[in-house]
Amino acid sequence: MSIEAMSKVDLKALISAAADTIAAHAEELTTLDQAIGDGDHGLNMKRGFEAVRAEADAFAAKPLPDALKAIGTKLVMTVGGASGPLFGTLFMALGKEISSEPDRANLATAFGKAIEAVAARGKSQVGQKTMLDVLQPVHEALLQRRTGPEIVAAADNAANATVPMKALRGRASFLGDRSIGHMDAGARSTALLVRAVAETIEGHA
Amino acid sequence: MSNVGIVIVSHSPLVAEGTADMVRQMVGDEVPLAWCGGNGHGGLGTNVEAIMVAIDKAWSEAGVAILVDLGGAETNSEMAVEMIGEPRAQKIIVCNAPIVEGAVMAATEASGGASLREVVATAHELAPS
Repeated sequence: MSIEAMSKVDLKALISAAADTIAAHAEELTTLDQAIGDGDHGLNMKRGFEAVRAEADAFAAKPLPDALKAIGTKLVMTVGGASGPLFGTLFMALGKEISSEPDRANLATAFGKAIEAVAARGKSQVGQKTMLDVLQPVHEALLQRRTGPEIVAAADNAANATVPMKALRGRASFLGDRSIGHMDAGARSTALLVRAVAETIEGHA
Repeated sequence: MSNVGIVIVSHSPLVAEGTADMVRQMVGDEVPLAWCGGNGHGGLGTNVEAIMVAIDKAWSEAGVAILVDLGGAETNSEMAVEMIGEPRAQKIIVCNAPIVEGAVMAATEASGGASLREVVATAHELAPS
């Protein structure tokens, strides 16, 4: 199966892959956040995704839109920091827009709407050294019908591209020019999640 | 109580509680008041669930004005308002004002029976332009 056949994907496997990658990179995310933020991103994300993993069976039993909304709510309540509402909104909005058996076109449209919701929640836009700088190129890759590995590469490149950016939102923006030269932690965690999801879907081929 | 309620949301429970103490001392008990602070796990931060509880505690049919400190407090407060949902959400406003001065001025205005719009406008006058 490829990313063309999203609908058959096992949500439990996706949750497990997402929680695994966040746990494996928690220290790295914290180190990134310590450089230009408040240093809690890794721990916060790990707590949130472990909470989602703990209820994976219940989420997987729901239709996909309801499951994504419930996962988003869980992230809002457990991640904390500003990342909780931002990642939570991403999943909640995705759940609102996606169909129960999404095809590629529906996924791309829903993903686009979810990005708009995250931008509104964070009062931010592309180019401000945030998770949006990864979400946007991933959306474009989805629209251009790129393959899973191409989407993963787009996400990784986009996270790397936040290094020379100056932060204009969030705690990092207090540092002004000193935020330049560090990767945004939220961009990195977003790229990790994109890789986990894409590889899980591709792995079912 | 029919006066507008005030909620104080800081990353630090000490700042939130201290701000609430100042409001009580300067304005008295005429205004429903609640505060929350900390990430819910013993660290600095803000927590959507705690904000929702604080809004409930300070709830007034006249509405609730929320005073916040740094960006995450604002994002989490807006999320909490959205999760509370209508019809109450339209009576809750996150103020753009310094947390201590904003809370005291908003509560002073609220204690005189001012509307939510007037309370928020008073707090907003303190925002750096």
